[in-house]
Amino acid sequence: MTDVAIRCEALAKRYRIGEREAYRTLRDVITKAFSSSLRRLHSGARHSSNRSERVDFWALKDVSFEIKRGDVLGIIGRNGAGKSTLLKILSRITEPTRGSADIWGRVGSLLEVGTGFHPELTGRDNISLNGAILGMRKAEIARKFDEIVAFAELEKFIDTPVKRYSTGMHMRLAFSVAAHLEPEILLVDEVLAVGDASFQKKCLGKMGQVSREGRTIVFVSHNMAAVKALCRKAILMKDGAVAASGSVAEVADDYLLGTASGASAKEWRDPATAPGNQNLRISYVRIIPPEGEATITIDTGALIEIGFDNLRPDINLDCTTYLSNSDGVLIFESGHIISSDGDSRHGSYHLTGRIPAHLLNAGRYSLSVLFGNDQRYVLFCIDDIVSFEVENTSTGRGANMGVAPGIVRPILSWQHSFEEKCSLVNPR
Amino acid sequence: MADMTLEATPSRAMPARSMERSAPHTRIEPSKGWISLGLKDLWHYRELLFFLAWRDIKVRYQQTALGAAWAVIQPLFTMLVFTLFFGRLAKVPSDGIPYPLFSYTALLPWQLFAYALTESSNSIVANERLITKIYFPRLVVPLASILAGLVDFAISFALVIGMMTWYGVRPTWAVLTLPFFVIFTMATALGVGLWLSALNVQYRDVRHTLSFIVQFWLIASPVAYSSTLVPARWRPFYGLNPMAGVIEGFRWALLGKAQAPGMMLCVSVMVVAFVLVGGLYYFRRMEKTFADLV
Repeated sequence: MTDVAIRCEALAKRYRIGEREAYRTLRDVITKAFSSSLRRLHSGARHSSNRSERVDFWALKDVSFEIKRGDVLGIIGRNGAGKSTLLKILSRITEPTRGSADIWGRVGSLLEVGTGFHPELTGRDNISLNGAILGMRKAEIARKFDEIVAFAELEKFIDTPVKRYSTGMHMRLAFSVAAHLEPEILLVDEVLAVGDASFQKKCLGKMGQVSREGRTIVFVSHNMAAVKALCRKAILMKDGAVAASGSVAEVADDYLLGTASGASAKEWRDPATAPGNQNLRISYVRIIPPEGEATITIDTGALIEIGFDNLRPDINLDCTTYLSNSDGVLIFESGHIISSDGDSRHGSYHLTGRIPAHLLNAGRYSLSVLFGNDQRYVLFCIDDIVSFEVENTSTGRGANMGVAPGIVRPILSWQHSFEEKCSLVNPR
Repeated sequence: MADMTLEATPSRAMPARSMERSAPHTRIEPSKGWISLGLKDLWHYRELLFFLAWRDIKVRYQQTALGAAWAVIQPLFTMLVFTLFFGRLAKVPSDGIPYPLFSYTALLPWQLFAYALTESSNSIVANERLITKIYFPRLVVPLASILAGLVDFAISFALVIGMMTWYGVRPTWAVLTLPFFVIFTMATALGVGLWLSALNVQYRDVRHTLSFIVQFWLIASPVAYSSTLVPARWRPFYGLNPMAGVIEGFRWALLGKAQAPGMMLCVSVMVVAFVLVGGLYYFRRMEKTFADLV
């Protein structure tokens, strides 16, 4: 027990799909019990129908790791990789199905900011309440009260009910309470994804300060940039298991390579394995260089090609694509309405789109695709189905062969002109 | 969940290092078999209990025009209607006590019970955000919602003192037993509330059944009438409804005139002890699924 803060051994968590969805009512249970016993009478108790309706889903599969005291560990992974489930188990909100975890130290968890905020109560009351909920002692809240208010920059509004706050003020107050938590171990979910940029930075700074004071932080995010800024070590989660662990740089590389298994074009021939459901099946998704080009570079742009078999005739079908960079930042959303008069047809559709040249900077990108009905209902969606690389070119800036900073790389058609006479400074 | 309670590890290995000394050790693993009630953990979170109760009270009167007057209005008007229909028109015997006082003394614990039962039964579902985002002993939630009912009770209690003065009823020594009956009322509500709140997480029918349960229970309890209507032989069985014991106990403690509920109360106490302990264990058992189901 020397310097370990958290040790997980073969943690596993099973969810029963369907349990979370429709609330069960007593009536359902009674009618089901009744009808299944009737059925059993008829069919001679061959099988219990209740079993087959439940599908087990393992959100975590034998996760083991160790965190040393004072470490700042990032847990990264795609949505549904099990990050949040892991955090919920560590913060004791839900129990593991198997395995165990040992924690040495007082734990503060921040799965959401402003938990327990009540709109009718004033900022002052909510600080006390939220503080108590997050595990602060009454005396501790009283001691830090002024600091919390000052950090949130809400001195004038502290006796106003929170329901009259703007969203920004609400977030600032919530963050401010959270930032003043002083547990030995802090578990943070991707709460930093919200709030305005300058305040986010302030919170990151405050959390960084916390880690320098020797506290252990576990930070869960799919935002690679935030993890890189805050953490030294990281764990990559994939499908409920630890896919990689080590220094944040190493794991980040794995994360990029692992994204969509690297392929920029995928095709499926067997409807059983093709991604999709009863609504549609994807036959191919490709990102290719435009006509006459060999590779995708900043100067060429790229073509997106999507083919799918539509199984839902007579609806309003649409397809939206989402492009993210390797930090998990969404670059753009772009969609196409395939049918708007309820006249989609059963058969195969082929879509093409063009990513313009001089839009994307060099780097690795991944594409997610969502098919919708009436632009409201999701028929099928799949994250990071393909990924591709945009290669760097030196766009007219001399010998600069490094990658220019920034997310986009537009050409702004700069011009200049010149006059002998200064317009502001008088000649001496 | 027995192993999930906070316990400090004794500093056996390295006494010298300051960080080691106070670090509490928590073990997280699937709970199985019989689980402890985790009362130690609950004590650790007592401040949260009071904060949540305080929140409920504050929020309840935040935007009401009449504020705390509501605590009096409800039992007062019920008492007036009861007095008119049961007291004056139906001439329901009231054990020689003026009927308004007779019914109001019963309405006091009844209102507390009805409030505490409703609030605690809905408490887990109503505090879904807390349950799914933060760890604390879940027992805090129904307990806090019951505590909040005490404020209303205290306010409406002031009126009964006025009524007793008006009718010239002097309290006897029995009044000293009153705190017991208040606690007993809350224990009854908690016992049933624990069952219902845990069931409510799984089966949302509970919420809809609740108003019916309260209404049904009111009629089955000696609020508008006296339990002496029940033949003496059967009265201990009437105690199977713990509110019968509570209400007659209240009348006895406050007004002193009716006879002590005796046997009936004993039955009530046993019923409540049974329901409460069962409820505590059932709640603790179901607790681990709350965050996944609620």
